[in-house]
Amino acid sequence: MRSDKNSQKKQLAIKLKYTASQFKNQAVEAAFVLQLDITIPSQGISAIFGPSGCGKTTLLRCIAGLEKAQGTIQFNHHIWQDDKTFLASHHRPLAYVFQEASLFDHLNVRGNLRFAQKRADKNGPPQDVQHLIRLLALEDLLDRQTQQLSGGERQRVAIARALLIQPQLLLMDEPLASLDSGRKQEILPFLIKLKNELAIPIIYVSHDVDEVARLADFIVVMQQGQIIATGPLKQVLNDLSLPIQLGDDSGSVIDAIITERDESWQLCKVSFDGGQLWLKQQQNTGIGEKVRIRILARDISLTLEKNTHSSISNILPAKISQISLQEDEPMALIKLYIGTTPILARLTRRSVHQLQLNIGDNVWAQIKSAALIR
Amino acid sequence: MLLSQEDLQAIWLTLKLASLVTVLLLIIATPIAWWLSQTHSPLKPFISAIVALPLVLPPTVLGFYLLLVMGPEGFIGQITNSLGLGLLPFTFAGLVFASLFYSLPFVVQPIQNAMLAMGKRPLEVAATLRASPIDQFFNVVLPLCKPGFISAAILGFAHTVGEFGVILMIGGNIPGETRVASVQIYDHVESLNYANAHALSLVLLVFSFIVLSAVYSLNRNIKPSIAGL
Repeated sequence: MRSDKNSQKKQLAIKLKYTASQFKNQAVEAAFVLQLDITIPSQGISAIFGPSGCGKTTLLRCIAGLEKAQGTIQFNHHIWQDDKTFLASHHRPLAYVFQEASLFDHLNVRGNLRFAQKRADKNGPPQDVQHLIRLLALEDLLDRQTQQLSGGERQRVAIARALLIQPQLLLMDEPLASLDSGRKQEILPFLIKLKNELAIPIIYVSHDVDEVARLADFIVVMQQGQIIATGPLKQVLNDLSLPIQLGDDSGSVIDAIITERDESWQLCKVSFDGGQLWLKQQQNTGIGEKVRIRILARDISLTLEKNTHSSISNILPAKISQISLQEDEPMALIKLYIGTTPILARLTRRSVHQLQLNIGDNVWAQIKSAALIR
Repeated sequence: MLLSQEDLQAIWLTLKLASLVTVLLLIIATPIAWWLSQTHSPLKPFISAIVALPLVLPPTVLGFYLLLVMGPEGFIGQITNSLGLGLLPFTFAGLVFASLFYSLPFVVQPIQNAMLAMGKRPLEVAATLRASPIDQFFNVVLPLCKPGFISAAILGFAHTVGEFGVILMIGGNIPGETRVASVQIYDHVESLNYANAHALSLVLLVFSFIVLSAVYSLNRNIKPSIAGL
């Protein structure tokens, strides 16, 4: 009974109202209002996703106590903020990775890490500092000045510093946004490694669907200071009723297992609930490994009969469960089930009309490409 | 050597005054600069103006008012009298007190500019790394603003050395007590003692040049805003 009660409290509950006014020519203009009431699981990575200016960062800053809003914030069974309490940032057991790595310039890399170590939670579990340094590949950077680091290196040091404080919650504000795509690819594997090795929950703010699809388990979608969707990642990404305007980025995420490797063609076969796919092989992936696959809706086309003379090797039987059409929009989104796995397909409205697609129809889904994202 | 015993005494008094004033000002100016760099209070423009007044006021005006408040009828004068300290005008303590006002903007502004250039971000980072506000101040603000503090100390010291008008108004010309180098030079010129005036002036000229060169070379590799200049 008791453990049941405790497990229910393993969450971050936030109820906030934040109003920011901009003063222009002495008149209050465009007051930004952030209003929300959400519960985020305190395990795994939860993404806060939305376009720039929707209030993601403000929400994160409120959680950290860097910004003051009206409302309540409760982490597990600790109240961080309510009518009477406002716990200062330095009393909240969290760590924060800022968008641009904010290392202390008066300290070198080692000094920045020590700053956190000295102030770490003394009651926390003993920390394997060397392991963390190896995990983030910082061995050769320790004696460097912060100004001598590349953007990606700075961000890795900032992440290590944040972890050394022994946080119970890690907040990350678009940690990859200030990096070019090469550096992003350098950091993403580290983040995935961290996620797998750390027991602490991470709240990850991003406007990049690709990052969110790779990392998140849970997603909170925001728009103009409001929350428009929240739930497990796979469920939210496949939900047609949500007004998520992802456009070209619409797509599904599937959990699968690698079951076969074809070395001669450098391909691998993955199995998921309802089917199998052949994908490009990736280094460091072996048979039996759990992987996450992302299929963009625009990479799926539908045929009524199985096309055997196609260059597309992944053709799977599917059943249409939902069709989303809008009169003023040339593209339609269709939700299909391959076995028990839902995926989205993006077709033109004309194709839907010409093929006379209806809910419940059995079709063949031609999957032009699918990416192994972790 | 063209410097007389009295010249040396004046130089020594000047250095003593400037050192004491610099140390006191660093202590006084730091919280003022901190408040000015952080506040959005409607009082800010007025406090900034008061701090900056000595930059634009003729030193005689400043000296005149200080003479009044430190005099027997003045607010400060009544306090010092009731504490049994006597009156401050025409004493070394009076010079120190007056110099605190006179050199205040030269110490506050470089520190304030350095704090502004640092921005809020390092403090937010420190707060999320469990550093209390005091911890933040000593381990983040002070080291990051160090160039600003060095500029402030050097400028405050140099400006106090160059003080003349205020001292003439409230300090007069008492050897060993209030006769600083600048007043001594004035005396030499008044008595047509140009050789001594030359020697002492040269000392101050060389001193000022060295001090300013030191400030600028110290800050050569640092963003001017961080150095507070």
